[in-house]
Amino acid sequence: MQNNDKHLHEPRIQITKRGREAMPWYKAWGVRAAAIVLALIVCAVIIVFLTGYNPIRVYSEMLKGTFGSSRKIWNTLQKLAMLLCISLAVTPAFKMKFWNIGAEGQTLVGGLAAAACMIYFGETVPGIILFPLMAASCMLAGMIWGIIPAYFKAKFNTNETLFTLMMNYVAMQIVSFCIVFWENPKDSNTVGVINRMTEGGWLPTIFGQKYLLNILIVAVLTVAMYIYLRYSKQGYEISVVGESENTARYVGINVKKVILRTMALSGALCGIAGFLLVSGTDHTINTNTVGGMGFTAIMVSWLAKFNPIVMALTSFLIVFLERGAGEIATTFQLNESVSDILTGIILFFIIGSEFFVQYKINFRKGHKEEKV
Amino acid sequence: MMKKIVSLLMVMAMVIASCFALTSCGGGNDTVSEDIKVGFIFLHDENSTYDKNFMDAATAAKEALGLSDEQVLFKTNIPETAECYEAAANLVDAGCDLIFADSFGHEDFIIQAAKEFPDVIFCHATGTKAHTENLPNYYNAFASIYEGRYLVGYAAGMKLNEMIEDGKITAEQAKMGYVGAYPYAEVKSGYTSFFLGARAACPSVTMDVKFTNSWFDIAAEKETANALIADGCVLISQHADSEGAPKACEEAGVPNIAYNLDTREWGPNTALISSKINWQPYFEHIVNAVKDGTEIEQDFCKGLADDVVQTLGLNDKVAAEGTAEKIEEVKAQLIAGEIKVFDTKTFTVDGKTLESYKADVDSDADFTPDTEVVSDGYFHESEMRSAPYFDVDIDGITLK
Repeated sequence: MQNNDKHLHEPRIQITKRGREAMPWYKAWGVRAAAIVLALIVCAVIIVFLTGYNPIRVYSEMLKGTFGSSRKIWNTLQKLAMLLCISLAVTPAFKMKFWNIGAEGQTLVGGLAAAACMIYFGETVPGIILFPLMAASCMLAGMIWGIIPAYFKAKFNTNETLFTLMMNYVAMQIVSFCIVFWENPKDSNTVGVINRMTEGGWLPTIFGQKYLLNILIVAVLTVAMYIYLRYSKQGYEISVVGESENTARYVGINVKKVILRTMALSGALCGIAGFLLVSGTDHTINTNTVGGMGFTAIMVSWLAKFNPIVMALTSFLIVFLERGAGEIATTFQLNESVSDILTGIILFFIIGSEFFVQYKINFRKGHKEEKV
Repeated sequence: MMKKIVSLLMVMAMVIASCFALTSCGGGNDTVSEDIKVGFIFLHDENSTYDKNFMDAATAAKEALGLSDEQVLFKTNIPETAECYEAAANLVDAGCDLIFADSFGHEDFIIQAAKEFPDVIFCHATGTKAHTENLPNYYNAFASIYEGRYLVGYAAGMKLNEMIEDGKITAEQAKMGYVGAYPYAEVKSGYTSFFLGARAACPSVTMDVKFTNSWFDIAAEKETANALIADGCVLISQHADSEGAPKACEEAGVPNIAYNLDTREWGPNTALISSKINWQPYFEHIVNAVKDGTEIEQDFCKGLADDVVQTLGLNDKVAAEGTAEKIEEVKAQLIAGEIKVFDTKTFTVDGKTLESYKADVDSDADFTPDTEVVSDGYFHESEMRSAPYFDVDIDGITLK
């Protein structure tokens, strides 16, 4: 690649995109592993500097927070499933380069639909009708929330980033509004656990595990999404529109239709996530039900390069960091902000490592060629 | 008498705790299981004044009882979702014998945990369901903060009297403003007791109340305080905990009465006095009860007599002369029961004396008023359950 005649005019460091000559997979994973090790070392330095605790003990507490007991393992899997579900939902949109920052709101309206069904029908309608009804209304609610910005994007080319972001706040306000009607007990400004006695509209416990059904549903969705994106015609259309809208138009893809269809899918999946959160997990609704997962999901999806199977790993990483961080906050009586700092450092290194995987750095040192 | 018992209990607890601490240092794991372990669940962290009040009390109780770091676990930033149940379950796994949660919305999830773990004691502040759930290991707690509000209201009334005497305002202009959070019983009970305290000192006083519809909104609280001041209110108090109203008062030079914290830092020339709930005695009480296997009140509600309700931050620069002495006097009368805060002789509703009132004490979805709470000439606030249920609109207070 390098031209020795021209080296005098070259900058000392040259950065080039790898493009076709991608790094072999083992090297790429080597870089990523090195990044994690480096991140842990930097975190260790900060832990010692800030708190004086032994970093090894801190890390072992983090592991304990995630795997310390069977309850913790189930909680971890549950959290992972919820984050993964929303990540799956945003993936088709991002793959299409539609910047859907509105997963938080789309999930929340899905949850709101679930809560409404539980409150109005939970104790009267039998489960066999109720659950499909709830799933359908949640998907519909999420879908509507996704299609509105998509329609404006397709029709008027509005900025979807701002539009979807704003829709989050609208969703939150609608939830606050509904809480006024549903609050129980009176004067509490909370809905409380819905149908606490009858458990009407609660997703059933299977094999004695209350979160197992959630986890199984998300597992099925993950595989389905993988197949959809990888092997279906629609999945291919999404990739083409994402690469270049003009190319898509040239080959005869109806771009507007793809945008609307993909956002409908994205919103509907968010709706399912809302359903699982309200009916399968919290059994209540408040403005914080989604708790920022709609934004974290974007990172999960990008880190995994939109591969649903890899997303299971990236969401595990995030959940592990969060839960581990929460554990050390309790054990060492640190404010949870410390754990946020650690999570931030680790993510910084992981995202940073992608730079070294994607780009080649050449140092002008002598006349030797630098390979890595 | 009560104070003596409490301090005796504290000394005993300290001795026992230090014995445990010593044995656990020297011994193996066997002794640790005998140690008491307490878990606390907080909605936010110390950046919220509401949670800070609980956290400070828990830390003070821990020190007073001589508990070690391993015996007291804090879980902060626990939302009012299934996460609260999970936090409680994880505290049980960590070996806690007693778990306390501080936010109203935690209640259902704590009840869920209490049902699943019958060997662990669960206590919950501000909740309403202990007396209807009737679980053997679930307890509610609150404080008769209305006593504290009555006291600081009395201080407000004295300040108004001083302003009238100095010719700054006429007796008719003695109007106070109150920045409320929500039009809920807890808030209504608070501002009504504050108003009744003020009127006990200054008979011509009236009050305007405005709600911000948020527990914590600095901008809205400031704006609301300014609107009340513009409306002719010459003294402001508030339910919410932010610095919004105190700062607005400082800018406008209007006396302010705060809740849960000493606001002299924000309003050196206007902060008059505050009232607060002191949770330390309750924490010590429940830890000792679990240790000794004694019964905990299903609905704990104590006040001035037990130092659970306190006044703080009396600012001599702002308060009328003799406020400290007078407040001590009224406090003694309240403790002795000579003054009842909600004495039906002292207020009217639509021009009539309140002879009978049914409050919604047993929470249900339809908010059915279920319990007679007026008898012997006063409204029995926080006696049927710990959380407040006084939600009557009395004459003299105008809701804006």
